[in-house]
Amino acid sequence: MSNLGQAIHIKKEILIRIIKAFLSEDFEKQARLIPYVMRPKGMEVPYRCCVYKERAIIKDRTIAGLGFPIEEDDETVSLADYAREALEREEISDKNLTVLQAACKGCATNRIYVTDLCQGCVARPCVNSCKFGAISIVNGKSVIDDSKCKKCKMCVNACPYNAIVKVTVPCEDSCPVGAIKKDETGFASIDYEKCINCGKCTAACPFGAVHERSQIVDILKAMKSDKRVIALVAPSIVGQFPGTIYQLKTAMINSGFDDVFEVAQGADITANNEAKEFMERIEEGQDFMTTSCCAGYNQLIKKHLSEIQPFVSDTKTPMYYTAEIAKQHYPDAKIVFVSPCVAKRAEGFENENVDYVMNYEELGALFVAKKIQITELEETPFIVESSKQARIFGYSGGVAESVTMSLPDEELVKPCIINGLNKESIKTLKKYAATGKCEGGCNLVEVMCCEGGCIGGNATLNTQRIAKKAIDNLANNSQDIPKVE
Amino acid sequence: MEKISVKVCLGTTCFVMGGSNLQELNDIIPRKYGDKVEVMGSNCLGLCSINWEYSRAPYVKVDEEIVHEATVEKVLAVIDKKLGN
Ligand code: SF4
Ligand code: SF4
Ligand code: FES
Repeated sequence: MSNLGQAIHIKKEILIRIIKAFLSEDFEKQARLIPYVMRPKGMEVPYRCCVYKERAIIKDRTIAGLGFPIEEDDETVSLADYAREALEREEISDKNLTVLQAACKGCATNRIYVTDLCQGCVARPCVNSCKFGAISIVNGKSVIDDSKCKKCKMCVNACPYNAIVKVTVPCEDSCPVGAIKKDETGFASIDYEKCINCGKCTAACPFGAVHERSQIVDILKAMKSDKRVIALVAPSIVGQFPGTIYQLKTAMINSGFDDVFEVAQGADITANNEAKEFMERIEEGQDFMTTSCCAGYNQLIKKHLSEIQPFVSDTKTPMYYTAEIAKQHYPDAKIVFVSPCVAKRAEGFENENVDYVMNYEELGALFVAKKIQITELEETPFIVESSKQARIFGYSGGVAESVTMSLPDEELVKPCIINGLNKESIKTLKKYAATGKCEGGCNLVEVMCCEGGCIGGNATLNTQRIAKKAIDNLANNSQDIPKVE
Repeated sequence: MEKISVKVCLGTTCFVMGGSNLQELNDIIPRKYGDKVEVMGSNCLGLCSINWEYSRAPYVKVDEEIVHEATVEKVLAVIDKKLGN
């Protein structure tokens, strides 16, 4: 969950208003009015210089909520036009993110900067520390030549007055693969060839500039059609809403879904298959295997880390198995995966059994728009109850635990956990791939793109601590996973 | 002295709009104020369904005072004011 309260609040409010607009008599008109209702004439302007600027920003955010890229907006197209286009479109895009570049103006470029604290001291440790000759003393103060500066931070560490600072761009800093860059024009943009859809930039930007391109209109359209719409809820959904998951199922049915499957059902299959595979691999003499259920990790392998492929489990993800089951039950239905993160949008796009992906924020917005109070509802059971271990897939360590508990001999496993992908942990994985060995004799590497696991996904609604408690509560009342032969 | 009562709305709207965070108050309030303040979760306080008021959720009620767009800090500030701290 992101801590950027205000920006997130506005994003959610916009989603609610888009849904309300869709459900109204006149979607196009109501969509066009969103910025005006949220920032009416005469309102005190909460964040920016004037009400017009605020409305322009809200319009941009609404464009993302309607599923379009903000970067391509030329300001002549009204939200009514976008709404109409959203209603007419048949396809969704595989580019899942879009940047509200107007926000980036307020964000300083990545550089090393000498502050007023510089005392112009005689020792000049900064000048001496710089290997690139980028620092000189002008009028008794130190000055950095940006064209020579390599941002190595030697001077930052050398200055006894802490007068030199590194100004970082939050999105760039958060990206594990260098896919988002604030360029010379001062605007951040995403290189989709590199982007692994980890969603870290969406959570990191203090202006909430990076948006997911929502498929909510497409989902609402499917609900309105004569097709059935089936939701698959990821294990990490437990604890993201008030009430029990059985009440949540009722709430989802009341808000327009025809049936709901727990993705933990597929997680049981993943864990069992992964356990079998693990035994085979170890028998064949391989030193370690990594899990394969995290969508962000799978994108990383595909785009940046192909050398680790031989060590990655061939087992499919919980989404894969659950979508297959859902499709068997309801061959003509539209299948919606309900996700904690943007990475599973990419996975859903590639999976032929999944039609749309909606995140927890969007599901929450749907409940608010439809005035659904979850705790007041009856419980609806799931046809298949998932195991204790499958239900903890959503937090870090859960997958390794499920694989371990699936094995006849639990002692076989020495698990270790990559708890979050970042530049460091990617280096570690590269090393494992190159040497064919892990540190400390570990033989099962669980890789989670988000710190904390799926409960740390960019679109979660609760703090990790409380979410984990709720998950454990449910898991402790569930049966153990069956062992494999 | 009467206890101050803090009601944290855990209805769907408030929860989704950021109220989930406010469950931290269950730990913070007893630690900070002992038994001078009583904190409890509450079903929908009925504020979110008035017009567009959901946009100001999450709500917390400190005695009769309504805190909108509530955060842990905001709520603590209201309690402090009431206690005359
Ligand atoms: S963090 Fe990145 S996306 Fe956000 S405002 Fe700064 S440059 Fe733009
Ligand atoms: S989603 Fe992740 S990989 Fe893509 S640009 Fe953002 S931080 Fe980088
Ligand atoms: S959910 Fe909090 S006031 Fe209704």
